[in-house]
Amino acid sequence: MTTPDEYITSVGKAFEKFEASLNGSKSTFLHELRKESLAAVLKSGLPGPKHEEYRYTNFGKALEKNIAYEGIVAETAAASSSTPLDSFEGYKLHFVNGKLDVSRSDLGALSDKVTITSLASAVKEQGDLNEYLGSIVKSWPDAFSHLNTAFAKEGVFIRVKKNTVLDKPLYIIHSNDTSATEVLAHYRNLAIVEEGAQLKVIEANFSTGANTSYTNTVLEVFCKRNASVEWSKLQLENETALRIDNSLVYQERDSKCTINTITLSGQMVRNNLYIALDDENTEAHMYGLYLIDGKTHVDNHTSVDHRKPNSFSNELYKGIMDDQSHGVFNGKIFVRQDAQKTNAFQQNNNILLSPNAVINTKPQLEIWADDVKCSHGCTTGQLDNEQLFYLRARGISEDKARAMLLHAFAGDVIANISVEPVREYLEQLITDKIEN
Amino acid sequence: MLKIKNLKASVEGKMILNGINLEVKPGEVHAIMGPNGSGKSTLASVLAGREDYQIEGGEVEYIGKDLLDLSPEERAREGVFLAFQYPVEIPGVSTTNFLKAALNQVREHHGKPALDAVSFLKLMKEKMALVEIDQALLSRSLNEGFSGGEKKRNEIFQMAMLEPKLAILDETDSGLDIDALRIVANGVNKLKTRDNATILITHYQRLLDYIVPDFVHVLHKGRIIKSGDKSLALQLEEKGYDWIKEEADTVSA
Repeated sequence: MTTPDEYITSVGKAFEKFEASLNGSKSTFLHELRKESLAAVLKSGLPGPKHEEYRYTNFGKALEKNIAYEGIVAETAAASSSTPLDSFEGYKLHFVNGKLDVSRSDLGALSDKVTITSLASAVKEQGDLNEYLGSIVKSWPDAFSHLNTAFAKEGVFIRVKKNTVLDKPLYIIHSNDTSATEVLAHYRNLAIVEEGAQLKVIEANFSTGANTSYTNTVLEVFCKRNASVEWSKLQLENETALRIDNSLVYQERDSKCTINTITLSGQMVRNNLYIALDDENTEAHMYGLYLIDGKTHVDNHTSVDHRKPNSFSNELYKGIMDDQSHGVFNGKIFVRQDAQKTNAFQQNNNILLSPNAVINTKPQLEIWADDVKCSHGCTTGQLDNEQLFYLRARGISEDKARAMLLHAFAGDVIANISVEPVREYLEQLITDKIEN
Repeated sequence: MLKIKNLKASVEGKMILNGINLEVKPGEVHAIMGPNGSGKSTLASVLAGREDYQIEGGEVEYIGKDLLDLSPEERAREGVFLAFQYPVEIPGVSTTNFLKAALNQVREHHGKPALDAVSFLKLMKEKMALVEIDQALLSRSLNEGFSGGEKKRNEIFQMAMLEPKLAILDETDSGLDIDALRIVANGVNKLKTRDNATILITHYQRLLDYIVPDFVHVLHKGRIIKSGDKSLALQLEEKGYDWIKEEADTVSA
């Protein structure tokens, strides 16, 4: 067993190898950013159990136990299995074990007002990339984001130009197959949605195989004036998957952004969602569902930063935990002194189906303005016996009644996904899971 | 149809029913009246199978079966219907979807095929008229944000859809204004046949102006202390419960 110190040293060595493999791109701003980020994480180390933000989710330890950073930064090829989403109508980018599988990807006839390309091409072709890449991470740093910046080679760059609506949703699908060996992947996604433009993305993650799959992903979204973004994450990996997701959003005036985070499985999943509302009349929606069993551990940390007046944020996270699964929710709302007339709502509801399931939930409101409307609430409980009895008293079996109630509970979150086939697909997955 | 013999039940160690005897035949309407805390709602709950109550003795025979041996859903499928005193709100489940699930499970139990969407809708429309309930209400989440009257009407609507053999109406009249009461009572009267029976649990004689009972029973301290015809209800309205209580207490002393 490696110690945290030895482990972080091995990360440093892995970076040297990785760096050596990046012929020719050393002079870019990105290279400097990588080095800075690595230095930061080497200095801080990975957050341990004493780190306040990682108290309940010792992701560093899970890595130390399961993934040797040294040596396997390179991707392993494997046969790609198709996912139900491959047949949905929309643009598609399908990554297999960290590499884009062109045969499964389809960008159709994209308008010249929309750019969807790989991170590597964006580095070469997008002259203003340095203004964006890493800039939101700076206001909300995290050791794993740094690790991502240091190592990420693959990822998706999206730019939707002024007043353009992406006509169909974009599916970013990741399938990891760890039957031969561990898979380690860093993805760096970046979306720039210009003034008045609109974008819908569904990011879905699948994994198979008995070895560990480790994904470290960072997303930065820039919602310019009056832009509108809906980004849904479907985390559907198997019980050997470790996933750390840092999603960061920066919103300009009159923009609207919805982030849906649905986690139905995995070994350990940590989502850090950060939304900066940097001007007036911005609107942010955060919806989350974790419906887990077995030993799955899911941690959602969210932060919304109200910096200017008259903005609105709304957050609803719901959890259903069975067996020995463990849910964590931490929701921060910052309302700066300037952000008068802020409306911020937060709700976290949990149902524990087993005496061994655990939830740790914590709302955190920090309000410096004095004329705001903020509310938060969290509940944890079992299924309501009165509701169960009512359904049974009409002839509905106990199992069916429980399923109906759980489905209704989860449905509140799923209802916010506007892409219908995705919503229906999730509803089916949830039904199967509840009635299994 | 229903034979209750010396039924005793407790909740959290406290005896509530102390030996109920009651027989209900097809086509009959029985009213059970009594002061607060006399055990009226407990009786309804025990008959419907609520698990918070402990059966301490006695038996209940329903269409030849041991009712107490059946789960709440089995009772419902066999035709027992409880109109709840306080219908619960169930966010996220629409009345329509819920009733479809319920009706089809009842049908399945009787070896009938599930209703298709068209037949179900047709049946719904027909029964909606009976209780003057609006379609918009039924596509909303079950009872969520419904007024008291809407909830009670929804109970009778469900009863109309499920066509029970034995309906137990637990204070369905409480809190209703006269118009709502008339609608609810009308619904119940129209659903009455020679083959089904109704037990009305009520606090107020007023309901019995609209639904005329064949028998009136007075419950006190978990026992039926007096039975009679509808004139008993009128006497209660006029004189209150004290005279019967005294009578009963004298007998038992």
